[in-house]
Amino acid sequence: MELDTVLMSRLLTAMTLGFHIIFATLGVGVPLMISIAELIGIKKKDPYYRLLARRWTRGFVISVAVGVVTGTAIGLQLSLVWPNFMQVAGNVISLPLFMEVFAFFFEAIFLGIYLYTWDRFKNQYIHWLFSLPIIIGGGFSAVFITTVNAFMNTPDGFTVENGTFAAVNPITAMLNPATPTKVFHVLSSAYLTCAAILAAITAFMILKKKTTAYYKKALKLTLTLTFIFAVITAIAGDSSAKFLAAHQPEKLAAAEWHFETEEGADLLLFGWLNDAHEAIGEIRIPKFLSFLAHGDFNAEVAGLEETPDEYWPPLWVHYMFDLMVTIGFFLPAVALLYLILSKLKKRDEHNKGMLSLIVLSGPLAMLAIEFGWIYAEEGRQPWIIRGYMTVEEAATSSPHIGLMFFLFLALYVVLGTLCIVTLRKVFRDNPAEEELEKLYPSVEKGDKS
Amino acid sequence: MSYEIIGVSVLWIFLYGYLIVASIDFGAGFFAFYAKVTKQDHVVNQLIARYLSPVWEVTNVFFVFFFVGIVGFFPETAYYYGTALLVPGSIAIILLAIRGSFYAFENYGSKQSTVYTFLYGATGLLIPASLSVALTLSEGGFIKETNGTVSLQYLELFTSPLSWSIVALAIVSVLFISAAFLSFYAARAKDYPALKLVRNFALFWSTPAIIAAMTTLIFLSQHNERHYESMLDLWWMFGLSVGFFMIAIWLLYRGKLYGIAFVSIMLQYLFAFFGYGIGHYPYLLDPYISIHESATHESMGIALVIAFIGGLLLLVPSLILLMRLFLFNADYVKGKK
Repeated sequence: MELDTVLMSRLLTAMTLGFHIIFATLGVGVPLMISIAELIGIKKKDPYYRLLARRWTRGFVISVAVGVVTGTAIGLQLSLVWPNFMQVAGNVISLPLFMEVFAFFFEAIFLGIYLYTWDRFKNQYIHWLFSLPIIIGGGFSAVFITTVNAFMNTPDGFTVENGTFAAVNPITAMLNPATPTKVFHVLSSAYLTCAAILAAITAFMILKKKTTAYYKKALKLTLTLTFIFAVITAIAGDSSAKFLAAHQPEKLAAAEWHFETEEGADLLLFGWLNDAHEAIGEIRIPKFLSFLAHGDFNAEVAGLEETPDEYWPPLWVHYMFDLMVTIGFFLPAVALLYLILSKLKKRDEHNKGMLSLIVLSGPLAMLAIEFGWIYAEEGRQPWIIRGYMTVEEAATSSPHIGLMFFLFLALYVVLGTLCIVTLRKVFRDNPAEEELEKLYPSVEKGDKS
Repeated sequence: MSYEIIGVSVLWIFLYGYLIVASIDFGAGFFAFYAKVTKQDHVVNQLIARYLSPVWEVTNVFFVFFFVGIVGFFPETAYYYGTALLVPGSIAIILLAIRGSFYAFENYGSKQSTVYTFLYGATGLLIPASLSVALTLSEGGFIKETNGTVSLQYLELFTSPLSWSIVALAIVSVLFISAAFLSFYAARAKDYPALKLVRNFALFWSTPAIIAAMTTLIFLSQHNERHYESMLDLWWMFGLSVGFFMIAIWLLYRGKLYGIAFVSIMLQYLFAFFGYGIGHYPYLLDPYISIHESATHESMGIALVIAFIGGLLLLVPSLILLMRLFLFNADYVKGKK
């Protein structure tokens, strides 16, 4: 029964986090997109962009609500499901947790203000200014909570005395070795994903209805942002790999099925493992792992053999890593293709094939977030605090955890379904064209160019 | 003053803040549902929605703040309360999740559904009931630790008159505080039909609120004599609490100065809540967790206090701005903006 409790605790947490990060990602990234659209709208005196900001906001509120309630759930579950972990680690990580709540508080206050003051100020920039605290609050929530996760990967800022943490330095714990690359990667990929999702929704609307000036402008803006953030995310991913090679070599080695320490290590894509732990059917890029890990094609990369077997992460994380990276290359490629097509006069960038690719990139971006997190979390197994506490030692001893798992499963199914139903209803009952006429009657009717 | 005393005082203040803002929110949800069932929704629901929409998320943060803070300052609480509260805590999370998200689905999603309103109203009363379990547990006697395993004694909990009287107190207080606030808000909006309705709610719920407070005190004296005795030493706080209650009822009855009536109710609960809390000292969980033994390391405690001050410098101006824009903006309250 002992093992079952641990497994159910892990599943419950994985499910809650897996559900929450969808909405958390939207919560971090979408406000930036809204703010950019509103700013362009005010600067260019272009009602299309301002309508874009309004409509995105309307959808955003609904996802925020789910993000808030699931965030509350994960916050409480940390103590309910992992009481032994919080008892020990609470001494070291409560500062960033506390600060995260402050950032969230800040965001919540200004989100309320932003939502209910659209036409309240004569100077339109005042309303736009209220979007900045939302972006800052959302961004800093992500930063603080990521430092907690970084701490669990590379614990720092304490000494161990009699089995408990002593001489705690909260700031050192927050600024542990994993923090810079993790924060960079989390933020850039959240912005990328939101840009890609908004682009996908726009492309879907064009496919379903027709090309109007409103959707064209939206598509161009979102794909430009997708491209920019995809490039930044690629840089972030590269620095994350170099961090892993230096500080968490077993995680990188598990992702790459790199068993023996060697120089000039190859990069493996996909394939599968036979019983002798040899990769079959893989795509092999010679010496590229060394380059990824150390920026030098002949550098030595530590293999899994350096880590005792019982501390190996599960080897299936390889697929998570590969899928994440593959999508990471697919997204900028699609965005770039669109941008090139739109520059070529003879080509129509709104053809079916192009639009379908864009529609596809939205869900793929969110999947990449999920794959990336699964890789990051499973790659640290069997540790909850790497090197100090395993997940088995941290889980609750309560026998009711299995029941709780199914209760929460039901909750997330209901929330997820109703969220989609509500979002569809919001937009279907209120098409952009009608709203544009209502809000900005000065815009010429029938602008369908 | 030591950092753990500062810590627990700050947390208690936040819990009190949550008690007030959440009561307004929870009670309003119930009244909105009640008004719909009794076909009076056209009278009050507009009023309720205008107040709740911009602030519901802020209400939620007060709660998150408290539980993150208590685990931060007193990590031992995670071990005992975390293990024992798995089931009641999870139920509270689920209720909060249903409530928060359904509010958004209904109000921002342009869907008017009686089912949503019902769930919104019902959870508003169940959440205080499930959260108040934590207060009951803190009195001791419901959590057992044997061979390093912490377990909650459900039978004792469900058969204890103390736990039921705390649940009753939580629910009627929610309705009383909320109705008093809505009276104030309706008076500001000069919405007289709504005012008449919510004022009656406030007067009606005042009696059970004071009765539940008395019964809780009696059952507490039987369950935890130490706590009861130290509360008796603070008799003047409870005297002030009763005094403010009388002022509030008189003002509500006379139908004037609703703002002062609501402030009196806030003070009534402030003194009662702090009298209760100070009487609890030095235990966070009788007898397992005491404030001084379970506090986090000093460096972390100081860092938390500094973070707290920095956070307040950011939050207080923002909250004032929020209130000026919505709560105390006469045109907004009247529905003109």
